[in-house]
Amino acid sequence: MSEIESRGYVNPDVLVSTEWVSQHLQDPKIRIVESNEDPLLYGTGHIPGAVEIDWTRDLNDQVRRDYLDHQGFSALMRRLGITKDTTVVFYGDRNNWWATYAYWVFQLFGHDRAKIMDGGRIKWAQENRPLSREVPQYPASDYQSAARDDKKIRAFRQQVLDHLQAKGPLIDVRSPAEYTGERLHMPEYPNEGALRGGHIPGAANVPWARAVNPDDGTFKSAADLKAIYEGEAHLSPDDDVVVYCRIGERSSHTWFVLTHLLGYPRVRNYDGSWTEWGNLVGVPIER
Amino acid sequence: MPQLPAKLEETLDLLDLVPDRAERIQLLIDIADRFEEVPPRIARRPFSPDNLVPACESEAYVWGEKRPDGTLDYHFAVENPQGISAKSLAVILDEGLSGAPLAEVAAVPQDLVYRVFGRELSMGKSMGLMGMVSMVATMARHASGASGGAPPAGPR
Repeated sequence: MSEIESRGYVNPDVLVSTEWVSQHLQDPKIRIVESNEDPLLYGTGHIPGAVEIDWTRDLNDQVRRDYLDHQGFSALMRRLGITKDTTVVFYGDRNNWWATYAYWVFQLFGHDRAKIMDGGRIKWAQENRPLSREVPQYPASDYQSAARDDKKIRAFRQQVLDHLQAKGPLIDVRSPAEYTGERLHMPEYPNEGALRGGHIPGAANVPWARAVNPDDGTFKSAADLKAIYEGEAHLSPDDDVVVYCRIGERSSHTWFVLTHLLGYPRVRNYDGSWTEWGNLVGVPIER
Repeated sequence: MPQLPAKLEETLDLLDLVPDRAERIQLLIDIADRFEEVPPRIARRPFSPDNLVPACESEAYVWGEKRPDGTLDYHFAVENPQGISAKSLAVILDEGLSGAPLAEVAAVPQDLVYRVFGRELSMGKSMGLMGMVSMVATMARHASGASGGAPPAGPR
């Protein structure tokens, strides 16, 4: 049993270790993808052979607020030389925050041959594993993506309103200061992109990074995660859960934890999140 | 837009000449390589929370050190080892604003970060970087005697 398997996750196969990645650097069936919050990091050195996916440039529609469509996703996959048989291994900075976001977007298009490198960039660097500044080029693929499916893992504002009406569980993964609305009102503080502060009524506050060990960015054990999400936030695996943050990036990390590590079958990420909810006219807000 | 300090404008003009994303990123990384942490005569760890940039998740700190002519030298620390953008901006602010007229520094707009990094910044990242610009401007405003609720400028 591997160390990751010993942590008791429902789906341990979705994580790979840094050692596993180091042994698959030359594997043609694997494409390693770095996705960061800091747009300069990839250029300072990345896992040899890794390509970069930048969330604003590569995953978003460049005009309206939405993700790329299936044609855009196909074009991205072709450019990166990814086929439907390629297993994509994501990693990145900030405890894999942006890596899980890219992972979640890939699931909208049904590319389920995907994994996260446990510990992300910080663990790779801590172990003094090699970094390269060479940007790899791979032969273009002929990827044909299915249409994006927004039904299963994505929630829109009307669905969140319905969920609220039905008293369904919500998890707000932002910081406590954002959750209370305090942060929006601090003097000389850059605003949060929302006119109102607070949270969606009834949402429990579980900051996303509680799911990782701060020293090396690895995910906490299933028992520790259950203590947080089930013991403190009172979730149950049978729940229909909606998670949100500011624009849906941090909450994709929590979506990943609940869906794959704890095996919750019904978790949706509300990517409109607080930048939508905090600007909507007339919706209920709690502080 | 108010007049920017001349040295800062030079750096921004240089960046404007590099529209290619990959080349600009490399230029910004090269700039980050020149980052020098705040000298011990100004501050030692643990740094005062008064000098911590609000909203910057890379844990950036800013200090102002008064020159004989009354202007300020700006010093920085970035505690996140992966905070490359914060280090790059710190170098740009230090080289572009240290010794500049306080009124000009106080008027530097926060959206300078978009001219440096482009629009491909997450909201969290842009907030943190704008917080660095804002803190430097606030220090200059405070040092010039204007009101502004500034953090302490100078060795502590």
